[in-house]
Amino acid sequence: MIWDNILIYFVVIPVLMLAGLAISKSMAQIRTICVIGASALLALAAYVTIAYLGERATGNTAAMLFTGSWMWFEPLNIHLALGVDGISVVMLILSSVIVFAGIFASWKIDPLPKEYFMWFCLLSTGVFGFFISIDMFTMFMFYEVALIPMYLLIGVWGSGNKNYSAMKLTLMLMGGSAFLMLGILGIYYHSSIDGNFTMNILEISQNNAIPQDWQMYLFPMTFVGFGVLGAMFPFHTWSPDGHASAPTAVSMLHAGVLMKLGGYGCFRIAIYLMPYAATELAWIFLILTGISVVYGAFSACVQTDLKYINAYSSVSHCGLVLFAILMLNTTAMTGAVMQMLSHGLMTALFFALIGMIYGRTHTRDIRQLGGLMQIMPFLSVCYVIAGLASLGLPGLSGFVAEMTIFVGSFEHTDMFHRVFTIVACCSIVITAVYILRVVGKILFGAVQDEHHRTLTDAQWHERLSTITLIVCVAAIGCFPSFFSEIIRNSFLTIIKVLPL
Amino acid sequence: MEFSYTLAVLIIPILMFLFLGLVGMKLSNKVAGVIGTTAMGIVTAIAYAIAFTYFFGDSQGQVIDGVRQQLEVVNFTWLQFTDNLIIKLGVLLDPIAAMMLIVITTVSFMVHLYSLGYMKGEKGFQRYYAFLSLFTFSMLGLVVATNIFQMYIFWELVGVSSYLLIGFYYTKPAAVAASKKAFIVTRFADLGFLIGILILSFYTQTFDFLTLTSNPSSMISTASGATFMGCSVMAWALTLIFMGGAGKSAMFPLHIWLPDAMEGPTPVSALIHAATMVVAGVYLVARLFPLYACEVGVLEIITVIGAVTALYAAMVACVQSDIKRVLAFSTISQIAFMITSLGVARPEIHEGVGYMASMFHLFTHAMFKALLFLGAGAIIHAVHSNEVKDMGGLRKYMPICHITFLIGCLAIAGIPPFSGFFSKDEILVAAYSNSPLWGIWLTVVAGMTAFYMFRVYYLIFWWNNPDYGHHTPHESPATMTIPLIFLATVSIFAGFIPFGEFVSWNRETYTIHLNWTVATTSVLVALAGIALATKLYMKENKAPAAMADKVRGLWTAAYHRFYMDELYQFITHRIIFGCVSKPIAWFDRHIIDGTMDMLATVTNSASYAIRKLQSGSIQGYVMVYFVGVILLAVITYICLI
Repeated sequence: MIWDNILIYFVVIPVLMLAGLAISKSMAQIRTICVIGASALLALAAYVTIAYLGERATGNTAAMLFTGSWMWFEPLNIHLALGVDGISVVMLILSSVIVFAGIFASWKIDPLPKEYFMWFCLLSTGVFGFFISIDMFTMFMFYEVALIPMYLLIGVWGSGNKNYSAMKLTLMLMGGSAFLMLGILGIYYHSSIDGNFTMNILEISQNNAIPQDWQMYLFPMTFVGFGVLGAMFPFHTWSPDGHASAPTAVSMLHAGVLMKLGGYGCFRIAIYLMPYAATELAWIFLILTGISVVYGAFSACVQTDLKYINAYSSVSHCGLVLFAILMLNTTAMTGAVMQMLSHGLMTALFFALIGMIYGRTHTRDIRQLGGLMQIMPFLSVCYVIAGLASLGLPGLSGFVAEMTIFVGSFEHTDMFHRVFTIVACCSIVITAVYILRVVGKILFGAVQDEHHRTLTDAQWHERLSTITLIVCVAAIGCFPSFFSEIIRNSFLTIIKVLPL
Repeated sequence: MEFSYTLAVLIIPILMFLFLGLVGMKLSNKVAGVIGTTAMGIVTAIAYAIAFTYFFGDSQGQVIDGVRQQLEVVNFTWLQFTDNLIIKLGVLLDPIAAMMLIVITTVSFMVHLYSLGYMKGEKGFQRYYAFLSLFTFSMLGLVVATNIFQMYIFWELVGVSSYLLIGFYYTKPAAVAASKKAFIVTRFADLGFLIGILILSFYTQTFDFLTLTSNPSSMISTASGATFMGCSVMAWALTLIFMGGAGKSAMFPLHIWLPDAMEGPTPVSALIHAATMVVAGVYLVARLFPLYACEVGVLEIITVIGAVTALYAAMVACVQSDIKRVLAFSTISQIAFMITSLGVARPEIHEGVGYMASMFHLFTHAMFKALLFLGAGAIIHAVHSNEVKDMGGLRKYMPICHITFLIGCLAIAGIPPFSGFFSKDEILVAAYSNSPLWGIWLTVVAGMTAFYMFRVYYLIFWWNNPDYGHHTPHESPATMTIPLIFLATVSIFAGFIPFGEFVSWNRETYTIHLNWTVATTSVLVALAGIALATKLYMKENKAPAAMADKVRGLWTAAYHRFYMDELYQFITHRIIFGCVSKPIAWFDRHIIDGTMDMLATVTNSASYAIRKLQSGSIQGYVMVYFVGVILLAVITYICLI
């Protein structure tokens, strides 16, 4: 029975929330539904993690756990196939935490709260569905489900040049998914030798039937398709505009989780299914992602809009994710997933704080802000913590992820990998430059605008949202082994199987 | 293990940081300060107990065959990278770690106590104590690190504590800029450190200090054959690691952050930027000394950088007018002494005296430099200015401060029997034993040290009596004078500690002999420096100004620190921001994004253009139809032919 599978509830809960929101009448009801739903997701993610670890402890070494498969469309052999390994479990936790924090960050959304939260839930459905699927078609479907609400969320509730941004973001990501669709179809038609084509990732991987010359075409298509979402240079320009216009919680969810879909997909479909092409073509994408890392950081140095700074910072940090995945070894890939987790949390924190600051001062221009530490100490301290996490302070999550990536990348002894690793390492300095520039400018110093003196500090729901994220960031930073080992063990088994 | 209580020295400060940071605001200033200071007192007591048991107890195998052992007291896995590369967190006890425990806790406790008076009534008092605890935690974690990655972790943490404390007066733009500069410059150096660690650990497959240093030559040979630009990768690794140390220890040309760091509260300068954090680079090289000893080329680089820095900083210190800047440059110069001392140390020459000398000087310097800074703090507190021109004649108003400051000056100048004499003498011995060039070089710098220290001493306490404004300066409260008296006492007597018995490069007993030739020369040079300062600065006169006029060019250049800051300003603002960041940002907006927009525009205009065809007029369609038919006919015809 489908309902026996625990994973399906990651999709069921948001759908139920959606239904509940559709019939809700008041703000109080909307909030109650959202909070209950988000908490349930959080609890479910925690439960799945514990159950996952329990299964592994009993010696279950299957590639995916909690698997289930239900025929959906017979002629094309499409299933609703579910299953998780360590990597997806971590992503599920990340998504549920950010959805939870995002709900509280958009506590007082105006106008049309009901519609806003409905789209928000639909977006969450897509995100969770993506991470639990192991069938390419359902994965793609959930991916699209996550993308479309973005258009409306930005277009309706956004700010600034929102129509342009929403259109740009949607078109660019759709362009990416066009490539992706082609790639997926290509994989499907080469998924087995005897004509029993399948969409199931595990089966494709086992069959290992994609001819090498086809891999060389299909790998770039899928990698670029997901890479667009992962803000890979030169397909990253949707990110600054999109983030700048998006409402707070949407930025949080987008940068925090949606961009991780890119990295996750790059691994799960492009590299996992086409290891030969991955080893052959990695260098091209290493160059592109290596550029992303440094380029994003340098661009962030001269931006004046807080959200632009963060968007470019995300380009840099997400570039590091893809960079590490392409290193194709356990340590670096573990680092990549840690970086997804870490970047997801801290960038969500950043966007939440920027949203809160913007909601008060009505400007995100750093030239018009200053001395906020005296006015809103709580938000400012949180901002400093987010900044320190971003520049990789030990004890917060960024450090662990970056160090794992660098140590892993350094395992390659050839000059090419070495040089690019060192180039990527340089980003830690540039990151410090732009983070401290912003912190120094907007939080410290004299109060820039006397009108700001009357502003208030964070309210309880804002505090709850930021504290949740900070606790997660600090917990990962202080006790990294918990997640790192889950991820590492998964990669150890995967890498053994893949002919990398 | 018997020493497992060592963990308490780490746990108490971090708990104190969390406690004061989270609930400190609810406490009154006084309560928060007293709690913080008491906790630090307990930590100090524990650290003393640890050091005492380590050096004098013999029950737990600290000494085997006359060699002090390195004890890994606690060590647990924190994060696993690969099968071999694992970050562990733990506590390593060995002579230098035990010595550093004493230095850090002593100075930190004195600073905690002193700050009760100095920071009284400041806004953010609780925050200040929270950051002090955070710093103490990080610094202690750094010195007891069992592996190089743990050291790097705490290395970054001390960096951020320093950032937070320099920027303590966050409403002051200068403080904000200084904190930013300090962090970014040291971050840049840490990049070298990180890459060095990556190289080192890749070839040796370990982070562990004990594994690395117990058999250094085999570790070095793991990378034999691997070269980069003509040098072995190990030499690169060690040089890059030293780069990290040079950044933290403010070695030329990465020293620029330290003088600016004086924007922080003065006790912080005493603790972080004089006694503890800035010697982390020295400690790092000492920690890996067996490896460095196998790569003599790197030691030579270290020597040159140290010697250049020592001279450079001493020259600059001679002309600065801000008391804290003089002390800052003096710190740079003195740390350069320690670095040079490590650079000239060779295990085979003179039993590696340089290593011992460097650690000895680190110890004595921490005491007398903390004393000088705290004294400077008391003076600044009294006259509300950092500039020496606002001081003068203070000996009458602040006798305790005067005497203790004088002791500090005598100690740093290397006048016997004060502590600086003994440690500096050992450094000079080490330098001469390596090469007379370095010996003479450092002796000259030592003379300059005596000169500039007494220059500020006279300018503060003698010279003239300026108009102090509305109030006369007065002696500081007891919370501030007690640390001064304590540190002064230590500065007098620390030289008599038979340091070589505790610390030496191979951890065996090393007996210190005074080299009378070297000692006499250095004392004479120092006395000459003092005499010159006395002649020029004891009474207000025109001679210093006249002298400055004679060497106007050099004087101005030194006053502007040889334009190093301007150079950095140029590099960061013009080159990095102007020539890299701005063009990249422009390129991104106009070329990359422009292409995307252009694609959209082209699609749009194409559809506009095609739309015209769908006009709805029959004549138009028929026209197109016939043109098409004719074209097809023509093409078919051509093809057939």
